[in-house]
Amino acid sequence: MERDVILHKVRTALGRSAGQEPTLPPPARVVIPEAAAEDRVKSFCAALEALAGTALQASSKEEARDYVASLVAGKTAVASNAPFLAECGVTGLAEVRSGINGREELRELCATADFGITSAEYALADTGTLVMLSSPQEARMVSLLPPVHIALLRRERILTGLDELLSLIPLPAEQTSSMVLITGPSRTADIEQILIRGVHGPGQIHVILV
Amino acid sequence: MPLRVSLFVTCIVDQLFPDVGMAMADVLERAGCKVDFPEAQTCCGQPAFNSGYHEETRQVARHFLDVFRDAEYIVVPSGSCTSMVTHHYADLFHKEPGRLEQTRRVASRMYEFTQFLLEVAKVEDVGARLDSVATFHDSCHALRELKIKDGPRRLLSRVRGLTLREMDPPEECCGFGGTFSVKFPDISGGMARTKIDAILRTGADTVIGLDSSCLMQIQGAMRHEGHSIRAMHLAEVLASR
Amino acid sequence: MTAYPESSVRKTLADPKLQLAIYSSTGRLMNHRRAQVAPAALPDYQELRTQANLVKKHTIENLDHYLEQFEARVRAHGGAVVFCKDGNDVSDFVLKLAKERGARLLVKSKSMTTEEINFNERLERHGLEAVETDLGEYIIQLAHQRPYHIVAPALHMTRYDVAELFTEKLGVEKETVPEKQAMIARRTLRQKFLTADIGVTGANFLVADSGAVVLVENEGNARMSTTAPKIHIAVAGIEKLIPRAQDLVTFLKLLGRSATGQPLTVYTSFLAGPRRASEIDGPDEFYVLLLDNGRTRLLTDREKRQSLYCIRCGGCLNACPVYRKIGGHNYPWVYSGPIGAIITPQYHGVMHDPWLPFASSLCGACGEVCPVKIDIPKLLLDLRSEITKAKAREGKGRIEKLSFRMWAWLMRHPKLYEMAGSMGAGIFGDGERKGWVKRVPGPMNVGPLKAWMSQREFPAPAPKSFRQLWRERRRTNGA
Repeated sequence: MERDVILHKVRTALGRSAGQEPTLPPPARVVIPEAAAEDRVKSFCAALEALAGTALQASSKEEARDYVASLVAGKTAVASNAPFLAECGVTGLAEVRSGINGREELRELCATADFGITSAEYALADTGTLVMLSSPQEARMVSLLPPVHIALLRRERILTGLDELLSLIPLPAEQTSSMVLITGPSRTADIEQILIRGVHGPGQIHVILV
Repeated sequence: MPLRVSLFVTCIVDQLFPDVGMAMADVLERAGCKVDFPEAQTCCGQPAFNSGYHEETRQVARHFLDVFRDAEYIVVPSGSCTSMVTHHYADLFHKEPGRLEQTRRVASRMYEFTQFLLEVAKVEDVGARLDSVATFHDSCHALRELKIKDGPRRLLSRVRGLTLREMDPPEECCGFGGTFSVKFPDISGGMARTKIDAILRTGADTVIGLDSSCLMQIQGAMRHEGHSIRAMHLAEVLASR
Repeated sequence: MTAYPESSVRKTLADPKLQLAIYSSTGRLMNHRRAQVAPAALPDYQELRTQANLVKKHTIENLDHYLEQFEARVRAHGGAVVFCKDGNDVSDFVLKLAKERGARLLVKSKSMTTEEINFNERLERHGLEAVETDLGEYIIQLAHQRPYHIVAPALHMTRYDVAELFTEKLGVEKETVPEKQAMIARRTLRQKFLTADIGVTGANFLVADSGAVVLVENEGNARMSTTAPKIHIAVAGIEKLIPRAQDLVTFLKLLGRSATGQPLTVYTSFLAGPRRASEIDGPDEFYVLLLDNGRTRLLTDREKRQSLYCIRCGGCLNACPVYRKIGGHNYPWVYSGPIGAIITPQYHGVMHDPWLPFASSLCGACGEVCPVKIDIPKLLLDLRSEITKAKAREGKGRIEKLSFRMWAWLMRHPKLYEMAGSMGAGIFGDGERKGWVKRVPGPMNVGPLKAWMSQREFPAPAPKSFRQLWRERRRTNGA
């Protein structure tokens, strides 16, 4: 079996035998900075806006809902099943379809919708990043197929950065088959290094911090 | 007690740019050093090493180590020749403990010229004068192996009449690379021209460096293109009055 | 065996548009990187490099353990791992699976590993359409070219090249505005994403404790390729492993910054198996194909196996003054730049492209920027030594070897060396003012001297060498 041949070659090259314990690994380097909640919010917003994303600090769920309403007015939107979206009243908006559990149906809607609305598990302050974990409440394609992505989350969910994220979730695979870090709108610079947005993911992203 | 300095002028200075060696000797004497020149010196072995001939390099390196066995300080007007000894001899002699020990001793006493002035002689102002608008070329081995960056600039800041302008982009290789310059002349020439463009953009009339090999490449290419900018070794600048 | 592509290099050097494209693109990437690794932006940059080097060293030195751990975790999450000796094993597996599933369309996200094994060509020979979805890769796929750069495949092409290409291959009206060109690609590729049967990716990292594939991108095409189709196949070299998800803290901070100067790319996907039963979307099947293709041979060399630490950031290409002149297509293999120069001889044999490790001025810029601290300059020197030895064994390079032997002998005999020097000075005439030589007489215009003179003037040997001047000075000073 190729597996055994390759493993054998590896062991021979390294002078190791089957079942031999590995040497001690260097400890993972995780350094969590101190940052007050307010600073995290500021930092997140600044980082996202530097990437041409839009960050809104909503002082209430109603404000958040109204903002979403103004964006999606007269257009079509798909929302994930995140409870927070219902809490904010977003799923109640006329333009928003939600509560979909079937893959095919969801794909068709996402493929034609103008907006995809999700929550997020966490956000990362230093890079303006959203942390999306795939689950029955959050399907992958809602934040991917439509040309505009809107995310709503509580500001308490903002972490300082990757270090804090991976110390809170050291083993993401135990929880989900997909953890995606989203940092700003989709972009490419493949033609003459010119920056172009929206190929292939959403070209616009709005994050509402409640 | 004056510092006793043995010059390792390098083969290229010895044969092609002897004034650089004389200038370095002048500056060191002015700084209060007692300078000698071990006559049996020839080369550090770098050309053979860079071409992959380790055995031949070792032969030349052993000679070098013997010549400088009793030196107190060895001062060199070149970053690459210095780093050849301080950074590469140990690899060559990892199977010869005696020579390895010799290498450690010699390497610990070996200094590129500007390093010696600043770190050992502790001299920054040597009373030099050169009326010129100049730019400085960071030689790759000096920059990346010996970590020389600020030192030469500090020395140049004390040269009366000298205005120093930095190249942009900085720190680009001149394209010499030893035998690379003749094995891949088109690429080497292309790199030289990019360097010349950067020099021209500074508006300088002089480009200063601390490796004669780089200066040879740069001056040779500038002359080929018809530019009248001169290339000077930093030792020559510091010896100017 | 290849020879140094001299005429192709000359053409590249003589093309001002291409020179500008290469120099400005790599220059821009370097500037972005420099800004993002500066102490103000990333104060612990050097510590991160050291950590990355140590983690990679540990992983490579215990690679069998991590391969097995990775495999167990993938299977625990419902995926499968297939060990592949080479490109044949990879394509055999994919073709077999495609046949069993009735699959005909594959979408691919950017993967140098698949370029390495000519994956697309193999599949196409068997009637499977494998569409590149990264915009740069899509462009060069249409153009039937190899990637020009590890991270920016179409770096050498202008908008006009792209316009012509799209008109010719896609039948669209001529469009020279890059934003519109990108939208054409988006439209065309979206259809492919939504109808593809299989999504094939590479892997930036394989995480052993999680059985996860990590994909780093800016466009979203990797996400699309791993979300829309029902099957996800990741093809990755065995060296892509890192031990723990927590090690991503170190590697993700280094990769984006070193490659493009981004603290994080737009999308980082951490994919651990097919979708879980309760999840709504995601692939139903998940395969990781672990590729050897010579890596086990690289492992045997204790000094050079550090080449396997590479995280494919492309930073060394951007920093390399040689790459920035000759561009990616003048290298003999898909991996170009300094990393290409050290791994190509290791994969293909040092005598396959014996000129390659010599095509460097040893400036050291590559080693300085490498996020995992591969000592590229040292490995180039080691390879040069191996090549001269191999040449000697094959009876080649006798003249050069003899020249260096004689040179070494001369350098051990100072008096003879001095005599040789005087002879050289004498050739240029008594009393001639020390100067620069524009032209050398015909018979002398050969070999290294001719090579030098083709680009530069040569300094005439000084009428008096340093040692002569020194002796005179001592006599004058009464020493």
